[in-house]
Amino acid sequence: MIKKFDKKDEESGSGSNPFQHLEKSAVLQEARIFNETPINPRRCLHILTKIIYLLNQGEHFGTTEATEAFFAMTRLFQSNDQTLRRMCYLTIKEMANISEDVIIVTSSLTKDMTGKEDVYRGPAIRALCRITDSTMLQAIERYMKQAIVDKVPSVSSSALVSSLHMVKRSYDVVKRWVNEAQEAASSDNIMVQYHALGLLYHLRKNDRLAVTKMLNKFTKSGLKSPFAYCMLIRIASKLLDETEGGHDSPLFDFIESCLRNKNEMVVYEAASAIVHMPNCTARELAPAVSVLQLFCSSPKAALRYAAVRTLNKVAMKHPSAVTACNLDLENLITDSNRSIATLAITTLLKTGSESSVDRLMKQISSFVSEISDEFKVVVVQAISSLCQKYPRKHSVMMNFLSNMLRDDGGFEYKRAIVDCIISIIEENPESKETGLAHLCEFIEDCEHTVLATKILHLLGKEGPRTPQPSKYIRFIFNRVVLESEAVRAAAVSALAKFGAQNDDLLPSVLVLMQRCMMDSDDEVRDRATFYMNVLQQKQKALNAAYIFNGLSVSIPGLEKSLHQYTLEPSEKPFDMKSVPLATAPITEHKTGTTTCCRLICTGKLPEKLAPSRQDIYQEQLAAIPEFQALGPLFKSSEQVQLTEAETEYVVRCIKHTFARHMVFQFDCTNTLNDQLLQKVVVQMEPSESYEVTNYIPATSLPYSQPGSCYTLVQLPDDDPTAVSCTFSCTMKYLVKDCDPNTGEPDDDGYDDEYVLEDLEVTVADHIQKVLKANFGAAWEEVGDEFEKEETFALASVQTLDEAVGNIISFLGMQPCERSDKVPENKNSHVLFLAGVFRGCHDVLVRARLALADGVTMQVTVRSSEETVVDVILASVG
Amino acid sequence: RHWTLLERREIIKFQLFHNALQGPSLYTVKAVLILDNDGDRLYAKYYGDGYPSVKEQKALEKNIFNKTHRTDSEIALLEGLTVVYKSNIDLFFYVIGSSHENELMLMAVLNCLFDSLSQMLRKNVERRALLENMEGLFLAVDEIVDGGVILESDPQQVVHRVALRGDDVPLTEQTVTQVLQSAKEQIKWSLLR
Repeated sequence: MIKKFDKKDEESGSGSNPFQHLEKSAVLQEARIFNETPINPRRCLHILTKIIYLLNQGEHFGTTEATEAFFAMTRLFQSNDQTLRRMCYLTIKEMANISEDVIIVTSSLTKDMTGKEDVYRGPAIRALCRITDSTMLQAIERYMKQAIVDKVPSVSSSALVSSLHMVKRSYDVVKRWVNEAQEAASSDNIMVQYHALGLLYHLRKNDRLAVTKMLNKFTKSGLKSPFAYCMLIRIASKLLDETEGGHDSPLFDFIESCLRNKNEMVVYEAASAIVHMPNCTARELAPAVSVLQLFCSSPKAALRYAAVRTLNKVAMKHPSAVTACNLDLENLITDSNRSIATLAITTLLKTGSESSVDRLMKQISSFVSEISDEFKVVVVQAISSLCQKYPRKHSVMMNFLSNMLRDDGGFEYKRAIVDCIISIIEENPESKETGLAHLCEFIEDCEHTVLATKILHLLGKEGPRTPQPSKYIRFIFNRVVLESEAVRAAAVSALAKFGAQNDDLLPSVLVLMQRCMMDSDDEVRDRATFYMNVLQQKQKALNAAYIFNGLSVSIPGLEKSLHQYTLEPSEKPFDMKSVPLATAPITEHKTGTTTCCRLICTGKLPEKLAPSRQDIYQEQLAAIPEFQALGPLFKSSEQVQLTEAETEYVVRCIKHTFARHMVFQFDCTNTLNDQLLQKVVVQMEPSESYEVTNYIPATSLPYSQPGSCYTLVQLPDDDPTAVSCTFSCTMKYLVKDCDPNTGEPDDDGYDDEYVLEDLEVTVADHIQKVLKANFGAAWEEVGDEFEKEETFALASVQTLDEAVGNIISFLGMQPCERSDKVPENKNSHVLFLAGVFRGCHDVLVRARLALADGVTMQVTVRSSEETVVDVILASVG
Repeated sequence: RHWTLLERREIIKFQLFHNALQGPSLYTVKAVLILDNDGDRLYAKYYGDGYPSVKEQKALEKNIFNKTHRTDSEIALLEGLTVVYKSNIDLFFYVIGSSHENELMLMAVLNCLFDSLSQMLRKNVERRALLENMEGLFLAVDEIVDGGVILESDPQQVVHRVALRGDDVPLTEQTVTQVLQSAKEQIKWSLLR
């Protein structure tokens, strides 16, 4: 009633906010009345509210003033006012990180936690756990266990959630409460059930066997809580993902059965889980798609949004599965929630026919300026996949994209557009010139250094091979005049490529280079001087090695080797071959896949792949004395699984190749909680003349804590062609039985062994992928001194795609010039592969493939070393 | 579309990467916000370390408010976050989660918060009434979300647990003014009802 009259007042200013002009110092001054007797609950309550309000507004409290207020507040525990007490708990939590000695309230909180007032007990537990560390936790362990199984839901939930928060800090203590959590999971209260399940999972998540058992139990007994169901679905789908098995397992059946749950939240979670599974068939998707279709007409915006967003993801992989929803999606393209409308249109773009493209594009351009950057990116991605589907539409799309490129927008959005244009150029050679022209226009006014350098790099690569290379020179040279150092340097590199490829442009490029040599930045000057000198030699091999295809070594590795070299002065020149190679970048086949991957995780990709996986292994292995004399690490393989899923021990192997040795790293996990393994080694029996020279054991392997042991093998020196070998592997160790609860082992143990699967070393383990941006130039550079050619018939292979995939994975070499993509409806194809063979010998493979009753393949191999050519041909045969 | 081996491997790698990041977890809520008509913060509670400084938080709040206050749709995707929201008279309520989060779960939290406050404020969910009952709001959010985990989703339970009753204090401990104050308070409630 009163409010109505005050309306004017309210609009005219902030006077109606009693907290508006709070001064921290004044409030802290007021807090002194906490010390008065008798306590005035109402006034104290008001002051605590003000303190929390200030903290909430982001006001900074110094340690001293916070500690003072905190200690004054502790006196308020003498009052029995319920609300005041509750606000004390809140203050404790808010100040836990600011004030000192917060543990002083431990005994008061313990008293409330175990007292008779149910209203106090839950919040007291939460406040207490907030200020308790691992050592003090032991003291309240008994109370926590009791609280977890308390019949009052708020008490039990508080104890379970607090335990969950503490798992990170005090795993060893909290894991002893598994039995109590188990009991709580069968509670009738839906939240208690949910929290208990969450805690149980977090305690067991490294033990696949235990997780499987838990899932079996709960999926059979059934749960009441929709939240718990959602959690179960997530656990089940993660487990399915890891086992990589088929979808005919009880886990998949469980998730599918949740599509018929009464609660929409559960139904949606199940549908989303199915959609996100890799390798789902259209038949498996169908029931999930039909529930999502129903949700499309829900009156709740959040549900429509969730449904159309998930359908959009389905459309990425299985557009035909979503076609049935086209009518429902059409209804959503005018939805007042622009996010929903955008998702509906982009989904339709993927599922609809070619004829509807123009109409939909028109619709979306009417409101593209109203939507957030996130959704603009979604639109761009839809266009990208559309171009792959309907290559004929690329001119419409290119037009639309160039308009979007002119609009305002953040970096992510612009990057998505640039990526999309680049992928269109790569897929459709006839769109190359228009695309490059749009990008040239874009860099004339581009604030993002990363994008400008990326485009300049692309211009350098593609521009010289267009019919009219000279027209790009102006755009590139403008950058040298106008931009920041990084862009200028990139522009100089691009210019050099034009000079190297086009003889008639060389004189003008040299003149421009000359000018760049006077640049104010030393990086730009250095590059210009370097290119100038290389170009003046007019030698194809030099151009190939220093202009088209840059260094193939790992940059952190190069830095380390150079540092080492300067530390130990020597007469010998620095040897590039001592530097580990860079693991092949994924840039070449990135477009197309990453766009979809980005949609899959819709979040942001990591900006930089900081030290690569191999740099990390190099570091780890170098720390082991036995491996220090092996030289630089040449290649590390992917992990190979040597045990089946759900066995007692999980062993995975990584093969590390050095110039003359291989190190096998076995990552082992012991999944038995009543065993401690010691002195673990993996014994290897080679089939060829490989020689095992050293075993480095994992000293101790406690339950669920992964450990590594290593086996060092010398490669046969006398026979360089022996590149493949099979090892039979046995894990040997000392077992000590131990108490599953405390992990305390018995004094005595016994030796035991465990047979693992065989491990194969193949030719791919001896070759490192290296990307040659200009394969033709590299081919000329290596020359035909050791060229050999042979023809093979691949009888078992039915398509060119399959043949290409097989060759790449068999040889472990890097496909260049996008030759891993076979154009549709072609009967022949040429695949270019590049790599470096162990011992730093460049090796290049050109495979001509022809399709006719199986695939015929003519392989030409070039290398700087004759044996390498023989090895490759011998292993293909 | 037919995926090549390489592409398929890439996709699986990214999905694993994504799953490893996510992992099934109870940590659902990244933030609970209440802003006023001008987009100023009345209440903000962030969970986890996604927005560690006040500066970043205020920037996010500004961005969210700008994108949402003119439309009355209830969900948006911003800065890689799913934002569900609801406005009433001069208040804007937001619950924020990761973009992979089940949107309906976030909705459940938003509805619970709104319905609890609506009961506590006797359906009078507007800025002034809220500011006069900030302690009720603080306690309610504390009962709904704990460290990012949904603690309770039933507004009845939340209101019951917050139990804002000044009259529970034994009379012996109250001064005359306090008794008067609480009487005034009760009259006010009955008027608002």
